[in-house]
Parts: sequence; C-alpha cells; structure tokens
Amino acid sequence: MGENNFDDLASVRAGLKSVNYLADEGIASVVFLAERLGKPILVEGPAGVGKTELAKSVAAMMNSRLIRLQCYEGLDEAKALYEWNYKKQLLRIQSDRGANAGNEDWADVQDDIFNDEFLLTRPLLEAITADDPVVLLIDEVDRVEIETEALLLEILSDYQVSIPELGTIKAKQIPLVFLTSNNTRELSEALKRRCLFLHIDYPDLDREKEIVLNRVDGIEDNLAEQVARVVRSIRQIELKKSPSVSETLDWARTLVLLGIDNIDIEVAKESLHILLKYQSDIEKARKELSIEG
Amino acid sequence: MLDLMSGFVVELRNAGLPVSLTENLDAMQAIKHIPIEDRDAFKYALATTLVKNEQHWKAFETVFEVYFSMRGPGYSVTENEDGEIDEDSLEEWMSQQMKGMGGRGSGEDMSPEEIAEMLYRALMNGDEAMMAAMARAAVTQFAGMEPGRPVGGTYYLYRTLRNLDLDGMLERMMEEAGEKSESDLTTLQERLEREEFQNRIDDLKKEIEAEIRRRLVADRGVEAMAKTLKKPLPEDVDFMHASREEMASIRKAIQPLTRKLAARLARKRKHKRRGPLDFRATVRQSLSYGGVPAEPRFRNPRPNKPELIVVADISGSVAAFARFTLHLVYALQNQFSKVRSFVFIDGIDEVTRMFQDEEDINNAVHRVNTEADVVWVDGHSDYGHAFGVFWEKFGHEISSKSTVMFLGDARNNYHATNAWVVKETAKKARSTFWLNPEPKSYWDTGDSVISEYSTHTDGVFECRNLRQLEGFVDHLA
Repeated sequence: MGENNFDDLASVRAGLKSVNYLADEGIASVVFLAERLGKPILVEGPAGVGKTELAKSVAAMMNSRLIRLQCYEGLDEAKALYEWNYKKQLLRIQSDRGANAGNEDWADVQDDIFNDEFLLTRPLLEAITADDPVVLLIDEVDRVEIETEALLLEILSDYQVSIPELGTIKAKQIPLVFLTSNNTRELSEALKRRCLFLHIDYPDLDREKEIVLNRVDGIEDNLAEQVARVVRSIRQIELKKSPSVSETLDWARTLVLLGIDNIDIEVAKESLHILLKYQSDIEKARKELSIEG
Repeated sequence: MLDLMSGFVVELRNAGLPVSLTENLDAMQAIKHIPIEDRDAFKYALATTLVKNEQHWKAFETVFEVYFSMRGPGYSVTENEDGEIDEDSLEEWMSQQMKGMGGRGSGEDMSPEEIAEMLYRALMNGDEAMMAAMARAAVTQFAGMEPGRPVGGTYYLYRTLRNLDLDGMLERMMEEAGEKSESDLTTLQERLEREEFQNRIDDLKKEIEAEIRRRLVADRGVEAMAKTLKKPLPEDVDFMHASREEMASIRKAIQPLTRKLAARLARKRKHKRRGPLDFRATVRQSLSYGGVPAEPRFRNPRPNKPELIVVADISGSVAAFARFTLHLVYALQNQFSKVRSFVFIDGIDEVTRMFQDEEDINNAVHRVNTEADVVWVDGHSDYGHAFGVFWEKFGHEISSKSTVMFLGDARNNYHATNAWVVKETAKKARSTFWLNPEPKSYWDTGDSVISEYSTHTDGVFECRNLRQLEGFVDHLA
C-alpha cells in the first residue's frame, strides 16, 4: 500500500459509493483514519448491516485482493497462520533414506525440511507476505476462544509473524485489516486497544432508501421510500431479530419481481416472512401493523 | 490542543469510560489527520479511538457535546501565539454568544403563537434548518433561562416542551396529512406517517435539549455542566431507582448480556477439563503420523448442569429487580438442566409454566404479573407465610442437585420470618443463595431481616445493577 491512498474524507466516501457501498460519515472517517494510521478496524454491529460487505467494498475500491479468515470455535494457529506440511516432510525424509542411506547429516535434513517449500501459508501469513496490496478480513472474531485471540495481537500491532524455525517475518506492506464481531462475547482489552472501533447500526431512513435504490435494479423511488419506512416501523417493534439491511434488500427485490409498486397492508402481511425469520416475530409484526393506527 | 485533549480524556474517565494511555495517544494521532473544522469527523475520530464499547457511545456523546460545545469548530476560539487559548477573547466571545443567542433566530420579537405556528410548518415540511432555528427561538421564548440560577437542564427542557404542546402538534399533523391524501389513509399508511412525524418531533426535542445545554455551558462553564449531566452507564443503573428511560436502556442491555453470558458459560464448561481418551479419534489421527499416536484425542466431558430453583419476591419495590433476574435466568435456560421459578408477595405461586409456554420473555413476565396468584391477605410482603407454603408444597422437590436462589429485600413488614425454611432448604439443596437488590448499608435496618435468612445460606449478594447481577450468574454456573 502506497502512502496515502486517499486524499481526504470525501474521496473515501466517493470511492465507496463508486463500488455501491453507501458509507455514512462515521464509516468513512474510520476507514480514512485506519489507512492513515495503519491500524486495524474492529467493526461491530447487528447481523446483516454490512460489516463484511464494508471490507469487501474497501478492497474493491482500492483494487486490492481480499484475504478472508473466517473464525470459528477451535480455530488454531495451524489454520490461521501457517502449518508445516508434515506429510510432504515425511515423504522427503523417507525418499532420502532410500537414496543415500544414513549418509546425510540431521542438520542438512532439518534445513531442508523446514523451509518455504514445506510451509503451508494460511490467511494471516499470506496477508503479511503478499507483495500486492491486500485487505485482510478477519470475520466474526468473537467466535474464537480468548486464547486464540492472543495469536492475532502480534500481527495487528507489529504486522509481523514469528515462526520458530524461520525467524520473524515482517510485512512487506501494511495491509488494511478489518475484524468483524457480532458481539457474542466481550473481546479482550488488549485486542480492542489495538484497533479503531466502528459500530455500524441499522441505517436511518434516508440512507436505507438510498441503499435500496442503489442495490436493487429497477426500483422506483416511491417504492424504495415505502420499503424503508415499513422496515423502520418494524424495527421499532421489540422483536427477536429485527430485519437487517440484507433482508430489506431481499424484500425490495421480491416486490420489484412481483411487480408491486405500492405497499398496502395486504402486501406487507403476505411478504413479511422475507423480512422476519421467526414465526413469533412474524405474528407479532402482523398484529402490530394491522391493529395499531 | 494538548491540554484540551487531556482535559477531555479526564472528563471521559470521570463519566466512567475506560480510556487507556495508548488509546489517548491514538486519538492524538488521529486528529492530526482530520481537518479540524469538520466537527463531525473530529467527533468520529475521537470516538473510534477512545470508545470501544457501543453502549458507552451515548455517554461519550454527552461529554463531547458539553466539552466541545464552546470550543468546537464553528466557534473558532482564538489562540494566541503560544498556542494557548486567550482567556480574554474567550470571555468576550462568550458574552457575544449569549447576546447573539437572544437576538438570533428573531425569537425575541415573535409571539408564542407565531413560534408554534412556524415550528409546526417546519415539522410538517421536515425542514431541518428551520427546525433548528425555531428550536432556538422556542428556548429563548419559553425556557425562561436566567444566568446563575441553580436548576438543571431538565427543568428548562420541561418548561419549553410544555409550552410547545408537541403531542397536540402531532395530532394536527396527522389530520393535515389525512386531508392531503385523496383517499382515506389505511392503518398502515397512518402508522408510517405518524412515525415519520414522531421522528421529526424527537429530532426537535434533541435540538432543544442541545440548545439548552449550550446555553447552560456558556453560563456555568464546562466542568460544572459535565458534573450535572453525568449519567450512569446502563450496567451501573440501580434497579430500584431507575427512571422509565433507564429501565428501557437496561432492557436493551440485558439481551446482549445474556447472549454473552451464555456463550461464556458454555465455553467455560467445555474447556474446564478434558474427558476420557477417545480411542477411535486417536487412531484416526495417528494415521497422518504413520501410525504413531503422536496426538492423543479426548472426548468432550459431559457437562454437569445444575438444577435451578428461583424464589422471587415480586412486590412493588423489588419487582423490577425480580423481573430482570428472571429474564436473565430464563435466557440462560439451557445452561441448567431444569429451571423452576416461584414468585411471591404474601402468597406464593409457581410460574415455571408461563416461561415455558411463552416464546417471548416479555410476554411471560407480563403474564407473571397479571396471572400469578401471589396475594394471600393484603398484598404486603410476608416472607414468612410465603416460605411456609413453599416448604409445604414444594419442599420435597428440592434435591442435592438443586441450586436455590432467593430474590428479595427481606423487608418482611414485621411478620414472623420462618427462617427455618431457608435452613432446611440449605440442608437439602446443593447450594443456596440470596440476592438482595438493596445497598448493603440498608440491610437489617427497619423491617429488613436479611441476616436471619442469610446465616443459613451459602452467600448473600448485593445485586443493585446489571454488572453485579452478571457477576453473580457467572459465579453460579
């Protein structure tokens, strides 16, 4: 990544808009600062508000490769950082034995089997050793155990990886790092301290409408406005799971496909299952929308 | 700038936000890259480096608004050559501001009716600039602010809002919207319209609040204002003295909290110890080492889940506490092999079914409040009688697997205590705890008989806010 990819805040916003991601002021500022300060961004927020999408869009905007590490419980060094290719090493030793039995020194073998050829790079190491500009996305970081979280610290603060057999590998260029979290557990202070914090919430009416207009082909302005309004209305009801932006988009697309250009109660009630995923939520919303004035 | 920033960080810490030194340094770095005259960008730059928890955002915003209301961009404060803020020019500028506030927005020479009418127009059309101007005018006209008068901002806010009659305005707006459309509004449309207007009115309220705050800061200074505006974070709000607004914020905070707790408990169980050797998996794994079992595999241990019995006082003063605790316990249901709950005032009733039938926990709590048969004589707490009945009816169901939780302030209205019930329960159960929502210093004062009960339990815990409750549940499982 060269010096200062972005000139100012406005160019970040414009750039994101050009790849169809509508950033609000907060999102644009944080992305801008992350690039300037060379710090990772920790993105939090409800599911489906575009956390992962943000990373993808930034990668698209900067013409960089996106390297993604999906976190899950039980993720370990071998899957996140690097792994020695045991099987290949084993084969190497055995084929050696066949050729010149016993003549080879252990030190030679060791040098031989612990080099790049036998190293399987995993996403984190790959992001650091990449020559081209990359965006690293560490998705759902709250799913890994606290112990594994510590593994990220070295990378996030110094952009380097220590491999005992090879030494420390420093990053050739500082990648832009996104960590996303659904907040199922408190992340450690150490991790939070190293990151810029960005909370993405459901967008407000105007932004949601614009997102719908941008992402859904062939939608009328009038319908987009109505979609955004109904969704806002539903979000105010206390539900198990409020409709997310992606569900709003799905709904809007469905309405366009069905050729509906005006949402009335019937349409809303019939298509609620696209917005809401729990039966109890759907029933509750049906009740609220038809009874309340 | 340096002084300004460190002052701001001190205010944040005073408000209870944990700000570390490195975060402070990051913030300093960050604002170098931000054009200082862009107030929003400046705010976001500070927030992203200093605030790492979404629930603290509101507190941050308040501190920010107060602290930078006089110094923020747009009110360019002159700095002299040493880079220090010139006291004289600041004062001069402030007095100008005070004068300006009176005159600007032409609030003085307008009658209340005119202001109300213009405000109504602005709301109807969603004209934000006009709304802001009218908010200023309304504050000038109605709040009756006097310099140096020691009343809080809420008083002025109340006075302003009372004069504006925003509820009436909402109705008027709805009527006009109804007249405008050709056909009658359907209920859905009506609901949407109402929300749109309500939204604008809420914006207006915020604008008015901000305006009052700006003036108060100008009058009294930043430090004094920061103190009066300080609000506890949601996890520190006292259950027994929470306002309606605070209750709502607790309710909101409890959902993510339970999710976190459940995840943590599940994880803790899994990782506490290893189960017996898993022979199959070990052999399978050994294949990649040429048959050498280099990496033994173990089974996951069978979790040992306690059975939980909750006995909660739901009389007036402690109802909120009981509600939140039940809420929390049921959200964690699958962490226990079984949860049974009983509620009492002076009679006692089992409410387990209500939580099992209802998918929505709020409905369940509502049903508990309306359907549970908890009044025996007069509806004043009688722990003694309730416990007596509890023992008689359900005592035999307590086993060595049960953990029993009593919730209540143990204010017994001078009835007999029947403390032997707690004693017998503690004998049979695996463990017995008492959670008391009162501050420790009030225990055993007046009609509180907590220590008569507590001597028999394995522990009494003060549970006045979410943070303490979370701590206890963590300890329990």
